[in-house]
Amino acid sequence: MSAGFDILIVGIGGQGTILASNILGEACLREGRPVKGAETHGMAQRGGSVETHIRIDGQYGPLIVPGTADLLISFDLLEALRYSHYLKAGGKMVVNRHMVLPTSVFTQKAPVLTEDEIVGQLARFDPCLIDADRIAAESGSILAQNVVILGVASWSIPLKPESLLGAVKKLVPPKTIEANTRAFEMGRAAGRKN
Amino acid sequence: MERHYLLGNEAIAHACLESGIGFVSGYPGTPSSEVVDVLRAQKDPPFYLEWSVNEKVALENALAAAWCGLRAICTMKHVGLNVAADPLMTSAYTGVTGGLVILSADDPFAHSSQNEQDTRCYAHFARLPCLDPAGVQEAHDMVGTAFALSEEFHLPVLFRPTTRICHSKGDVALGAVVPNERKGEFHKDPRQYVVIPAHTRILHKKLNEKQPALKKRLVELGLNAYTISGKTAVIASGIGAAYVQELLPPNVSFMKIGAYPIDEAWLGEFAKKHEKILVIEELAPVVEEAVRQVAGCVPVFGKINGYAPYEGELSPGVVAGIMVKAGFLEKNPFAAPSPVPDLPLRPPILCAGCHHRAAFYAAKKVFGPTAVYPSDIGCYTLGLQLGAVDTTICMGASITVGSGFAHSDPLHDVVCTIGDSTFLHTGIQGLMNAVYNGANMTVIILDNRITAMTGHQPNPNTGVTATGVETPPVSLDAVCRACGATFVETVDPYDMTGMLRVLEDAKAKKGVKVIIAKQMCVIVARRTGVKRGRYAVNPEICTGCGTCVRFGCPAIELVDKKARINELCSGCAVCARLCPVGAISLEVRR
Repeated sequence: MSAGFDILIVGIGGQGTILASNILGEACLREGRPVKGAETHGMAQRGGSVETHIRIDGQYGPLIVPGTADLLISFDLLEALRYSHYLKAGGKMVVNRHMVLPTSVFTQKAPVLTEDEIVGQLARFDPCLIDADRIAAESGSILAQNVVILGVASWSIPLKPESLLGAVKKLVPPKTIEANTRAFEMGRAAGRKN
Repeated sequence: MERHYLLGNEAIAHACLESGIGFVSGYPGTPSSEVVDVLRAQKDPPFYLEWSVNEKVALENALAAAWCGLRAICTMKHVGLNVAADPLMTSAYTGVTGGLVILSADDPFAHSSQNEQDTRCYAHFARLPCLDPAGVQEAHDMVGTAFALSEEFHLPVLFRPTTRICHSKGDVALGAVVPNERKGEFHKDPRQYVVIPAHTRILHKKLNEKQPALKKRLVELGLNAYTISGKTAVIASGIGAAYVQELLPPNVSFMKIGAYPIDEAWLGEFAKKHEKILVIEELAPVVEEAVRQVAGCVPVFGKINGYAPYEGELSPGVVAGIMVKAGFLEKNPFAAPSPVPDLPLRPPILCAGCHHRAAFYAAKKVFGPTAVYPSDIGCYTLGLQLGAVDTTICMGASITVGSGFAHSDPLHDVVCTIGDSTFLHTGIQGLMNAVYNGANMTVIILDNRITAMTGHQPNPNTGVTATGVETPPVSLDAVCRACGATFVETVDPYDMTGMLRVLEDAKAKKGVKVIIAKQMCVIVARRTGVKRGRYAVNPEICTGCGTCVRFGCPAIELVDKKARINELCSGCAVCARLCPVGAISLEVRR
């Protein structure tokens, strides 16, 4: 329906999906392109599953329809699987290869999936798996995982890397610009160019 | 013009600055809270701003400001409008001189709410105009229109963004900030402002006489508009209009409703030009009922004949399904794949180290599973997951429902939980009533000194105003004693021994017993630099009994039949006090 590029970013409340959304939105502004987005705020953020929709060149509403996302970025393995039905056939997937076990596993005896099992289930989407925690630590800021993941995903996003990096520099705290710049570049170097 | 990537609420707040705002009040409530949060962060603002103790208080304050000729905005969530309904209904009679915009944010799908009520129904009930934006830019632009309309018709204007406007983002063109230059002054006019029967009968007539011109004006302003493209038509309102525009075939006429009341004559003209009409709107069938009244024999498709849902929120996928069913679209362009089934859920959860968890644990330990636990609206509603929340209905209803239970079900102990902000919002009256009428019950005030769930707004308990001015914090102990309670104990819920002892004391006594479980919100503690150190499990001592795991803290995991504490630990030490074999202690940094 839409000629734009739809990105769904998912993760766990507190992981920085909103900063990632702001970076993408700011990069669109730098290129003079319209953009729409939708976010999770309020109580749902308290450690719960969160989703952020970004529609580059979006003209209408902010929501992406399941089965139509061009790119799924996930900060957590389990959340990638939970939202995988949003991806269109042939859509790209960039996933942090790390899982936070939901507390429901311990308190409600929910079934446990191992990281390897999830990776196996995700294989049909040919995901780009990334150890964002390690790269962020190497970049000098363990909090920069979201910027690492954006760097990895930047190969699949129809925005110039300069626009994305410019947005990163504008939006992160001034003291962390250097570490976040490194995080973005290391992420981009670790990403796939297809 | 320079564009900004903004949250709907940020765009609305900026539009207030562009409108020469003179007075801001509100009570926090998702999805409305960021409007006041943005405005209160302004440096040296040329306007007055407060977080009020509840929505009725907020609206009455803002109404007075508008009577003084200032432009005022009052913000709340949809259910807050129920609390403010009393002044709302009669403010339509008294009217205003300065513009008054009442922002009441609806929450289709109840993302963070107890119901899915529709603010547009209040507008109809009160005979007030209501603006209903379809996107972030439009929400921004409508604020200025709302103030102008309020001053033109001397009526408060309801402004109704939904969650998908408030918490959506878009590239927004902003206007220039216009500082408030008005000096507020109240001009006495008892016939306008004293609603004794003799005055109010005349005011009611005046309100009704404003309606025809108001309806016409909303069309002239382009808030309600259409394009004719064929023999069939879709009429849509709010964000539903954006979803329809993404899907609309070129030969179908389109009417967009952005404001109420709708001009029936104008609507009827449009209806008569078509052979069938589909109405797309979220929540109540407000537009649909208006269309049905004027459509004559033109078939109308909508909620009332089962084509669209009354509940939940719309999405492009849902709208496409409705359009196919009603014959406005040949096939659904979306495949609607199913999610992967049976994945472990990840619902929101009380933070690691949240003191509410400790208070719930202690209450359950002392009063057991058969006691009745009425609770309230706040982060602590998540105590449901701990089996310590049996009822939640609306703000302040823990104590009142609790006293009702105490008088109706003498077989079970009643233990209420209510947060400090909620207690100050509408809890005090319930406590006074319970003491006055001799209820037997325990009330636990979960006191974290802040309105946490909506984003840590200060309240009279915090010791600071919305704009950061220090103010004497209210004494919850003194308030409870003034309500007549004689058993009022303040305890640190991290001190599990003390907490259990106070609860045992309360259980043994008759009357209304109040326990103030006081500790800083862990998020505030982290932000203000409180460092307590992490705890760790000694695997050689741990027996894997699961006591700490059942406590439900997200920092505690069970790995290979032993407990393990992860990096989320905030150092509250409650698990160390619960462990029956003493396996948990402060981590020693090597």
